[in-house]
Amino acid sequence: MTESAIVPLPDAAAEGSAARAHLMRRLLRNGTGLAAIIVLVLVVLGAIFAPLLTHADPNKADLNSLLAPIGPGHPLGADAAGRDVLARLLYGTRFSLAGALLATAIAAFIGVVAGLIAGYYQRWFESIASWAASLLMALPAIVILLAARAVLGPSMWMSMAVFGVLLSPAFYRLVYTAVVGVRNELYVDAARVAGVGDASIIGRHILAVVRAPIIIQAAMVMGISIAIEAGLDFLGLGDSSIPTWGNMLNDAFSKMYQAPVLLIWPSAAIALTSVALVLFANTLRDELERAGSGGRAKVQSTATGTVFGEPAIVHADEPGSAAPILAVHDLVVGYDRPGGEFKQVVNGVSLTVRRGEVHGLIGESGSGKTQTAWSILRLLPEGGRIAAGTIVFDGVDLSTQSEKQLCRIRGRRISYIPQEPMSNLDPSFTIGSQLVEPMVVALGISRAEAKRRALSLLARVGIPSPERTFSSYPHEVSGGMAQRVLIAGAVSCEPDLVIADEPTTALDVTVQAEILDLLRGLQRDLGVSILIVTHNFGVVADLCDRVSVMREGRIVESGPVRELFRDPRHPYTRSLFDAILEDGAARGALAHSSDRHTVKEGAR
Amino acid sequence: MLRFTIRRLISGVILLFVISTLAYLLLYLGAGNVGRRILGPQASDATVALKNQQLGLDQPIVERYLSWLGGAARGDFGSSWFTQQPVVEAITSRLAVTISLVIGATLVSAVIAIALGVWAARRRGWADRLVQVIAVLGFAIPGFLLAVALVNVFALKLHWFRPTGYVPLSTSFGGWATTVALPIIALSIGAVAAIAQQVRGSVIDGMRQDWVRTLRSRGLSENRVVLKHVLRNAGGPALAVLAVQFVGLLGGAVIVEQVFAIPGLGQVSVTATAQGDVPLVMGLVVAVGAIVVIVNLVIDLMQGFLNPKARVS
Repeated sequence: MTESAIVPLPDAAAEGSAARAHLMRRLLRNGTGLAAIIVLVLVVLGAIFAPLLTHADPNKADLNSLLAPIGPGHPLGADAAGRDVLARLLYGTRFSLAGALLATAIAAFIGVVAGLIAGYYQRWFESIASWAASLLMALPAIVILLAARAVLGPSMWMSMAVFGVLLSPAFYRLVYTAVVGVRNELYVDAARVAGVGDASIIGRHILAVVRAPIIIQAAMVMGISIAIEAGLDFLGLGDSSIPTWGNMLNDAFSKMYQAPVLLIWPSAAIALTSVALVLFANTLRDELERAGSGGRAKVQSTATGTVFGEPAIVHADEPGSAAPILAVHDLVVGYDRPGGEFKQVVNGVSLTVRRGEVHGLIGESGSGKTQTAWSILRLLPEGGRIAAGTIVFDGVDLSTQSEKQLCRIRGRRISYIPQEPMSNLDPSFTIGSQLVEPMVVALGISRAEAKRRALSLLARVGIPSPERTFSSYPHEVSGGMAQRVLIAGAVSCEPDLVIADEPTTALDVTVQAEILDLLRGLQRDLGVSILIVTHNFGVVADLCDRVSVMREGRIVESGPVRELFRDPRHPYTRSLFDAILEDGAARGALAHSSDRHTVKEGAR
Repeated sequence: MLRFTIRRLISGVILLFVISTLAYLLLYLGAGNVGRRILGPQASDATVALKNQQLGLDQPIVERYLSWLGGAARGDFGSSWFTQQPVVEAITSRLAVTISLVIGATLVSAVIAIALGVWAARRRGWADRLVQVIAVLGFAIPGFLLAVALVNVFALKLHWFRPTGYVPLSTSFGGWATTVALPIIALSIGAVAAIAQQVRGSVIDGMRQDWVRTLRSRGLSENRVVLKHVLRNAGGPALAVLAVQFVGLLGGAVIVEQVFAIPGLGQVSVTATAQGDVPLVMGLVVAVGAIVVIVNLVIDLMQGFLNPKARVS
């Protein structure tokens, strides 16, 4: 009951009075937010103007109108003691809201002050405060409230004050986390260096960040307080002399058989107010998140599925080349953006991989190489889709295959070696089980057989103690070892084509050479075709038979490696060569692409 | 693993010690003239004084506390001031009822929340919005209010269930299930909301992980990857929420038991509280604290099972 809501912390710099006004306006324009605010305003008005809305006394029992039905004298009827239900409901709103407000105010005061001090000064105060917070969270609040009630008696104010203390960790944790995040920011340092006092820094810079999250948390806590207050009264442990929603519920519950309708009013009041508070908090949080994300990203609008750019320069293949295993033609890939826009990242790629060859796909980051590789596997991230073109693999157009058909092709016919070894193994399963499972599924062999094969594969890819690695978890092996494991996995079902996406980029230079050696050896032994994505002409020269040069979502030049090295015709290919001669690596500032970062983001 | 368990048990005992000390001091300082409360206004001052002496209330607070602590360490929490029933007996006879209710609610909410969370994460769109609505209602509407509504509709109007009463699990499973069905639904809704939200978020995050693509590139279906790999990784955060929710369920049970007249800890808590029966209240505080400590330990051990990095050797 005392869990804290997860509330985003906005960027302090983005927060100002203008931004705040903007947030409020957006909240009012949001249908849910507006409805929640209207309900809350009506409830508060009902509480304030209770004497104007009814002339009846909420506590005056009237023997003549016991359980009176709805009628002129009693707009909502009367309860078992003949008290007017409408009056009790309106005056009850006063007490229920005031009690919840007291609890929220106490919780916010203790939590915010302790959070600011603990976050800003840390040290011993932080240890004590955090320990106390977890102590308060350890027990169900109701048990502590019952214990307090046993001592302090049935006063609602006392119970709500105690409850406020119990809920203070919700604010403490929020403020503490925010302050720790902000206190080492440059502008806070700058203010400190400029001689601004601590109190002023806390007030100006730190409170600004947590103000909106505190409001959200307060709405949540207020809802919980209303519920717990009603719960105590409902148990009959509250102060029965005052009208509250909980007391009404308690009275009505005892007369449930005679007049179940009496349950409706307090239930509706509690439910409506609580839901409105939670919706208010949720909407405010959503709007805050939207504001924090910086609004809509700039989108370069392009027509759906268009091939554009100059045609590629194609060097003639040497005579006697093998038949193609993969032929990609005019592939267009993009991402659907909110608002119906389509962000195109691959603008009509055509490339051919022949049986048994190693084909390099080279280009700078953001040129669409990886997107092309994922499209061939039909494993584009969420929102990505192939808008045009064909991907013919061994006579079958992959772009039109169903997911079920693709499952039979992936692994067994086409497989994949990723770029970043550590993030491409499931951290919760052993390396062995991640090798065995696909073999059992794709090849239909027994677990024992799959294990035997996995162990021999691990030995083949150069892992010194296959048995130990087999039963290790991914975090227990090095990056180089993990990449070997991933290579073993990629060839485990004897595919015809392996797509390797920058398989050496994330590794140490010494390990890179070993991995390239391993790929070359596997290619020779298994006769598999490899499409290797890279930004490094050294890798191409070392490993590839043919190469396609990619830039801004297009192939600009392709052909046998020897031809291309002898006679690079496209200025971009030449600039890649020049870069090797100058720096020894093709990655870096030779990009002319204006949107390589946005393209990269599109891939997330 | 063993060392971790022992360390956590020791810190649990320290937590219990601190809680019970604070509770003892607060309760006894505020207890007032206990003998008068028990014997009523007609009793003579002499009898009241004698009663107070019998209860040991004439001793200094520190001495009383130490003797309580000594008894508690041996498992003797004294007797109720009003019924003279030993506290341990009064609590253990009710404990099983509440535990069966809370564990039932925990299992039910975990299963429903995981199903809803995975469904929302994968279908998005309207399924997602439906789960969001359930989450808001579950968070906002107090469990006891739902309990009252359930009694009204399913017991009084439709007569599908008995409105009140309890059949122990040991007597008959069917009887138990029909008597606790409504209470468990009422209890679970809040936990379902919170856990489903967490599972939904973790599954959406999980499906974006690089290793999901890699596993699928080996020919595993999306269903298999989500239900086996993504869900296992989402288990840790979901368990953390479950740990918090368990405390809420335990608190919620106190009130919900009252609605359904289930003879559990809730009932004895309310009576003890209303009478100011301090030994019984103390026993309840310690019992609930101990349950929370044990459940948190179990959840931490399960975390270790789910997350190999958190595993302690």
